[in-house]
Amino acid sequence: MLIVACSLAPGAAATAGPAESLSEKFAYCQDCHGPNGQGYRGFYPIPRLAGQQTQYIENQLRAFLERRRKNAIMLNVAHGLHGNMAAALAARFNAAKVAPIGGAPQTLAAQGKDIFDHGIPEKDVAACAACHGPAAQGTGEIPRLAGQLYEYVVFKLVNWSKERGQIASQPDTSLIMEPVAHSLSRSEAQAVAAYVSSLR
Amino acid sequence: MRSRLAEALLIAAASTILFAGLASPAGAEDPAIGNCTWCHGGGAQGYLPAPRLAGQQRAYLRAQLERFRMHGRDAPASIQFMWAAAENLSDGRMRALTDYLAALDTKPAMDGNPALEGRGRDIYQNGVADENIVACVACHGPHATGVGAIPRLDGLSHSYLVRRLTDWQNGYNRAGATPMPHIAGNLSPDQIDALSSYLSNTRYAGAAR
Ligand code: HEC
Ligand code: HEC
Ligand code: HEC
Ligand code: HEC
Repeated sequence: MLIVACSLAPGAAATAGPAESLSEKFAYCQDCHGPNGQGYRGFYPIPRLAGQQTQYIENQLRAFLERRRKNAIMLNVAHGLHGNMAAALAARFNAAKVAPIGGAPQTLAAQGKDIFDHGIPEKDVAACAACHGPAAQGTGEIPRLAGQLYEYVVFKLVNWSKERGQIASQPDTSLIMEPVAHSLSRSEAQAVAAYVSSLR
Repeated sequence: MRSRLAEALLIAAASTILFAGLASPAGAEDPAIGNCTWCHGGGAQGYLPAPRLAGQQRAYLRAQLERFRMHGRDAPASIQFMWAAAENLSDGRMRALTDYLAALDTKPAMDGNPALEGRGRDIYQNGVADENIVACVACHGPHATGVGAIPRLDGLSHSYLVRRLTDWQNGYNRAGATPMPHIAGNLSPDQIDALSSYLSNTRYAGAAR
């Protein structure tokens, strides 16, 4: 009988209008991106946002909204951001400091470091470090890769041209990265993903 | 309100059946899970108030049994029905049971309100961004089959799903359950009804991954 009494208690009431509170919106992002923004292994890999460049976060949220970057889940999320919420959330995630969640096959990391630092000259692949920075911290619209989920990095690299830059008449920052993603084989993508996912 | 009362009566009836069952040990189809199927139903397909266990993700089942044993899952129904059942399970027996249960075929409960399925599907697949309600699909998957320690939800009974989400809203079962307590906290009773209707009427025919 106790069970019944408890389930009759009113649950949390739903918000009536658009949710405008920054801390509530942040908590909603954290539901999926992990309590510290460290990323989460759901059915799909959900990327780390902790320490991510603010400009990159805002730029990607715009890309989801304008469907230049294809992802149904984040398209819906981006629709729920009003006013300067995106900028405020980006600043919060940028300030979050947390260790990588790990879980990558470490046997690949040495080859990955070599690709990251020096590129693959025989395939004309530029060193990732040239743009993403020697410690993979990113800058401006170029993302931080340090500590990013292994599965997510592999998934993005092998799927690049199916997800990014989807509106031909509106070329965007994804074009800068496209030739690199295009030239990497799956095993090279796995190697470099294993390396960056372990960086702090 | 009336259906809650009906559920309460069924719960009372289920406990009676249990004790009658313990007195006469015949009936369950597999000796290894006989003690469990008294409550969880034939083929572990679920029987009010005990959820279907058949076909559930192995890692999820294991984590929950561990949590009943450590008393971290502490809703009234958990305490009343599962603390004793999990108390003396050895690690080896827990592994054998969860391997067995995870491999069983599933049947959907089909006890949701069909009129609410469309709304439930929409919340499940898209969330409600303006109300900070997440799209369940991100973690539970496009067919609600779950993965690893994230449970499958397709075909669980409406009453169980409603109770589980409401228990989180009421502050129970918080240990180790991140992110569900916060996610459930944002749902209105109507949204819970719609989601549970959609899920209980859903059947994914393929194998869970
Ligand atoms: C229902 C789960 C869910 C919620 C809630 C959610 N996200 Fe996401 N987010 C995802 C998934 C899944 C991806 C990966 C998309 C892909 O694979 O391209 C993602 C990707 C992103 C990206 C791109 C990151 C990158 O490295 O390119 C940003 C930025 C982002 N989310 C910000 C947010 C913000 C800000 C919020 C809160 C307003 C939020 N997300 C809420 C699931 C979610
Ligand atoms: C010429 C500069 C440049 C080079 C070299 C480069 N990148 Fe990028 N990378 C970018 C830019 C710019 C973006 C953001 C793309 C966008 O806006 O969609 C990006 C995005 C990415 C992303 C997506 C991250 C996310 O969170 O979704 C990954 C993964 C990535 N780069 C990996 C690499 C790897 C691995 C290498 C080396 C093999 C590399 N990049 C080399 C400029 C570069
Ligand atoms: C006395 C009746 C009863 C017995 C016996 C019983 N269960 Fe349960 N079980 C329940 C009820 C009721 C719940 C729902 C608890 C709640 O709502 O928190 C439950 C929940 C569970 C769950 C959580 C499922 C989920 O989806 O979260 C698992 C796992 C489980 N039982 C396994 C077992 C196993 C294994 C056995 C046999 C060793 C067993 N149960 C025996 C009644 C019982
Ligand atoms: C970020 C990942 C994530 C998202 C998004 C998510 N869940 Fe969950 N869900 C989980 C995890 C992890 C568990 C296991 C919790 C535990 O161990 O106690 C779970 C458990 C559940 C359970 C318990 C099932 C059982 O057998 O007892 C229900 C019901 C549930 N989720 C419903 C939902 C609904 C409805 C939504 C969308 C409104 C949702 N979830 C969104 C990760 C998620």
